[in-house]
This record gives sequence, C-alpha cells and structure tokens, in this order.
Amino acid sequence: MPENSIHVQSLTKRFGETLALDDVSFDVARGELFGFIGPDGAGKTTLFRILTTLLLADKGICNVEGLDVVKDYRKIRRISGYMPGKFSLYQDLTVEENLKFFATIFGTTIRENYSLVKDIYQQIEPFKNRKAGKLSGGMKQKLALSCAMIHKPEVLFLDEPTTGVDAVSRLEFWQMLNRLKESGITILVSTPYMDEAGQCDRVALMQNGRIMTISTPNEVIRNYPLSLFSVKSGDIYQLLSELRLYPGVHSVYAFGQSAHVSFNDRNIEKEILSDFLKKNHHESVSITPIEATIEDCFMELMNTPAKEKTT
Amino acid sequence: MRTILYIIQKEFLQVFRNKSMLPIIFIVPIVQLIVLVNAATYEMKHIRVSVVDLDLSSTSRKLVSKFQGSPFYRIQKTSFSYREAEDQMKRGNVDMILQVPAGFEKKLLKEGQAKVQFVINAINGQSAGLTNAYSTMILLDYNREVVLENATPAMMAGIRSIQTDYSYWFNPKLNYKTYMVPGILVLLVTIIGLLLSGMNIVREMEIGTIEQINVTPIRKIQFITGKLMPFWIIGLFELAFGLSVGKLLFNIPMEGNLGFIFLSAAVYLFVILSFGLLISTITHTQQQAMLVSFFFMVVFILMSGLFTSIESMPPWAQKLDRLNPLMYFIRIMRMVLLKGSGFADISRYFWSLVVYAVFIVSLAIWRYRKVA
Repeated sequence: MPENSIHVQSLTKRFGETLALDDVSFDVARGELFGFIGPDGAGKTTLFRILTTLLLADKGICNVEGLDVVKDYRKIRRISGYMPGKFSLYQDLTVEENLKFFATIFGTTIRENYSLVKDIYQQIEPFKNRKAGKLSGGMKQKLALSCAMIHKPEVLFLDEPTTGVDAVSRLEFWQMLNRLKESGITILVSTPYMDEAGQCDRVALMQNGRIMTISTPNEVIRNYPLSLFSVKSGDIYQLLSELRLYPGVHSVYAFGQSAHVSFNDRNIEKEILSDFLKKNHHESVSITPIEATIEDCFMELMNTPAKEKTT
Repeated sequence: MRTILYIIQKEFLQVFRNKSMLPIIFIVPIVQLIVLVNAATYEMKHIRVSVVDLDLSSTSRKLVSKFQGSPFYRIQKTSFSYREAEDQMKRGNVDMILQVPAGFEKKLLKEGQAKVQFVINAINGQSAGLTNAYSTMILLDYNREVVLENATPAMMAGIRSIQTDYSYWFNPKLNYKTYMVPGILVLLVTIIGLLLSGMNIVREMEIGTIEQINVTPIRKIQFITGKLMPFWIIGLFELAFGLSVGKLLFNIPMEGNLGFIFLSAAVYLFVILSFGLLISTITHTQQQAMLVSFFFMVVFILMSGLFTSIESMPPWAQKLDRLNPLMYFIRIMRMVLLKGSGFADISRYFWSLVVYAVFIVSLAIWRYRKVA
C-alpha cells in the first residue's frame, strides 16, 4: 500500500490560452483533511476533475491510492467519492431514491453502509420521501455528501461543498467532516472561504493555477513575514489612500470595516502612525497590532512574485 | 446487468413522475390520429360550383344535374352572368365555374359537337388537378350518354367503344383514412423516440447529474442502454396503443402479420433513439436538442411519403430519401397493414433499416464516448 493517499507531481492543464493548472505538485497523507483554498478561477475544480478521472491532464503524474488516474480510472471510480460544486443529484427523485440509486450503481445497499452515513443521513431521514429539488441548501448538501459516501470510498473529493450555504450549516458541515476523518477516510476539500482553512489539517493556497504554499493553517500564519495592524477610522476610503503614502508601508487593503496595513519593519511605532493620521484630519483613529489571518497570508503570497517565494 | 435494470427503473420513475409525460403518451396519439387523419385528406368533397347556364335547354340541364348528383360537387349558385360567377370565385366563394354557352344544345345536335367551359381555382394546384380530373370524368360519362341517345340502331352497330372499369386494389373504396393512419402512427413513434430520448440525455448534462454519474463505475454503454431502453419500450407500447385506436376509431385494415410491424418497429426505434443520442452529443441544452431534433423531424416527415408520394419527387430527392428512416418504416407499415405483405416483400426495407440502425448506433456511441 502506498504511503500517501494522493500523489500529484507537475500537473499541468491548459484550456486554450488559459493555464488552468500550472505545474502543481502535492501529496496528501492517508486520513488527512486537506483543503484547497483560493478564489474562483484558481484551478480548484479543474484539479478535482482530474483527480476524479473526469478530465485528462496535459502533463504530470497523478495518483490516487497508488492508482494512475488515466490507466486505472475504473478502479479509482470505485474507491472515490465526489461531490461536485453544483448540486447534481436527481431533483425529481426523493431523498431515499437518490441514495438508493447511488448505492445500487456502486453495487451496494443502503443497509450495508448505513453506519457510515448514519451521522449525516439521520438528519435528513425525516424528509426521505421529499423530492431532492425541494430540499433546503443545507439539506441538499447533506444528501449529496451521503450519496458520495454510500459506497464507502477511501478518498472523498468535495468541491466547494460550503458555497451557497448559510454560516451555521457551514460550521456544522465542517464538524461532520472532522468526524468523518476519524473513520480514516482521506478528504480533499476546496473552498473559496479563507476562514475555513483553520478546519483543515493542511491547506494549499491556490491562485491562477499555481499552489503558492502548502502547510498547516498555523504554520501559514506563523510564516507571515510582516507586522500587521488593523486601522479603523470614519472614512475608510480616505484612510486607505493616505496610509499608502506613509513611509515604509508594505501593503494596505480593506478588510471588512477596517484597513489592514503591513510593514516590512517589525519595529513600527503605533504612536507615530497614529500621529500621522491625526495630522491628516482623521479624528477617531484606532490602531491595533493584530495576528495575521489566512486571508492576510493569502494577500501577501499573491503579491509576492513567484521567484521570491521559492527561495 | 443489474445496473442497467436499475437505471431503467429509475428512468421510468422519472418519466412517470413528469406531469407532462402521461398526457404525451396517451392523449397525443388519440388527438393526432383524430385530427390529422380527418384533416389531412386529399379527397375532394363539396367542390363549390357556380353554374352559368346560358343555354337552359334540356341537354344543358341534364349536364348540370350530373354535377348536382355527384357527391363531390355542390352547386353554390346559378346565374346568367359569367362576370358574377367570376366575382364569386375572386372572393373565394366558389372553387369552379361551369359555363354552358348559349346554343349548346342546337350546336350539339346539328354539328355533333359543342363546347362547355370549366374555370377552376388553382390556388391549390393539387386540388385543382383533382377537380379537373373529376369534372372531365363526369363530362365523358355524359358524352357517352348523348352519343347513345342520339344514335340510330345502324349507327350503334358501328360504334366500337372501349369501356374502362376501375378497381382500386388494397384500398377499394379509396378511403384516405386507411392510407393515413399507418403513416401517422410512424410519426407518433418518431416523436416519442427522437424528441424525448435526445432531450432526456441532454437534461442530465444540463442539470449536471451526468457529472455525478460519470464518477461512478457505470460504463457508458450501460448508461446509454439504461437511458434509451425505457423510450424503446414506450415507443413500442405507443405503436400498439395507436394501432388499437386506429382499429377502433377508423377500422383500419390489418391484412398482414402484426409481428412484422413490431419487428420493424423495434429496429426503427433503434435508429430513431440513436439519432436522438447523436443529437444529444452535439447539443448542450434541452432547448438546443429540441430545435435540432425538430429540424430533422420536419425534413424527415415531409420527405417520408406520408403526405406526398415519393415517386413524384425529383430523382436527387429520391436518392436523398434513402437516408430517411421514416420512409422505410412508413412503407413497411402501409405494405403490411393494407396489402398484407409478407416478410419477403418488406425485406428490402427491413434490412435497410437494420443497416441504418447498426450504422447510426455505432456513430452515436462513438460520438458519445468522445464527448462525455
């Protein structure tokens, strides 16, 4: 048995002029909850479609449980579960009929693997005679996950499972994934939400078809090289443009209601910055040094040219 | 095999859950048969005639009464003004003007010949031709009577005439309905096969379920079989249903062995379903699939020999028509139902369908593998 559940090396995929995946390499250990984080168009879905044997790569090696995605695609389909980003179960079949259908085409039954999906399926079981199209977003997602798991897969691919789902259901979903992980399934999740990174064992930050960094969420934050402040003031637009003029500023960007300012210099004095802003007629300025979030790290990685990153 | 059966089961579940599906299967055939069969007819009935009898002799009246007595004609108006009659035709109130000139009887008796005039509205060329043919027949008939009436026994001996008697084979009463019903039934089966099957597969692409299916161990061939089989069954059922309706409502003849009909239908449906599958591989939405199917269907139907005879099409069109699966099946239907043809008679068309089926099934599956 191979050591890693997933092994990908120098994977490249081009759609016409667009480079969807640019020399992507990574490994995922067995039983790991691995997250791909990046905005729309980063190449997450393309990567998942190649891993689930739906798409052929132009170049590179791609193994799932030691099986080649091209040569052994049939075997891979037996051992992997895939939940596409778009809800793609039969809307005119009921909850139970959908689950039964997917169980049957994998040559199994609901009863045989009930224990595996029990946790999730129980929550939607009261509605098992309802048509899938009539379910709420959160329930659809639970049904889709149940259907992806009913054949007891070794690897689970979840493409943006939390997109379009409310905050409570999102949190619930991640709790479910963490429980699933305990049964030894390798789980690959993609998400555009930076705040979900902390839920993964390891994350890969993706942008424009490239993986910028791979490590644990804590390590990503620890490796943030700059000192970061959150600055609040009445007029955020004015504030952003003035902060850019401040000497020694590395980057400034809006972050919700406040501005995040980073400096290369670790010894920036909060008071001097405060004075500078007050001179520019900003009245109620509040400046707090903060710990970087994944999003800050992402912004920083995005700004760093590729060459510097590798050194 | 179990997988295929389960896909078929799922497909039937979806078909019958679809609210518009049951009416399509049960009501459309009845409506189509009743409306199309009664409406699409070439029989000339109630040709509206305006008579302009300027002679008003017993001879001319006899001629007019010949038309009056025919079930095909209805004397709409009698007048002495040709202009008035022409006016009526321009307004579309009459289809034909019968003008008997003044001095008709005198001329006929004296000179042995006289002229009458038919003016026929030829906006619809086909019906004008038929009107002309009918009218000429009546006139010929009348002519013979006139000759016989005025001939002396001596002359009678000298007259040798050839009498023509007609007998129409396979449809002795020239009942248009018996001719139309088998054709309309083919139309029905085609609609079910082509439209529904193509759209059904595209629907899976449109709503994305095909993605979920593709990651399962289902083989493409299993998926296709499972998808098309229900429509194959529905198509055959539809044919049986339509034949029963035709028998009950129109009492269509069923001279031949129905087994040949269903055997041919089974092959024909393969062709049509594969055609639908092929269309689904070149389209991405149900709307596109429907438009493309519709395009092919209109061409196929108009060239199928359902309404117009294939023999009267230009040679290039007749050659092209060999690609038209409807043509083969309509022929087989008419031959078996009306003529009672055996397998030897229809074998040419049957084997053509088989070759067609093999070709198009392979093409569709090859395309499907490549695309999906």
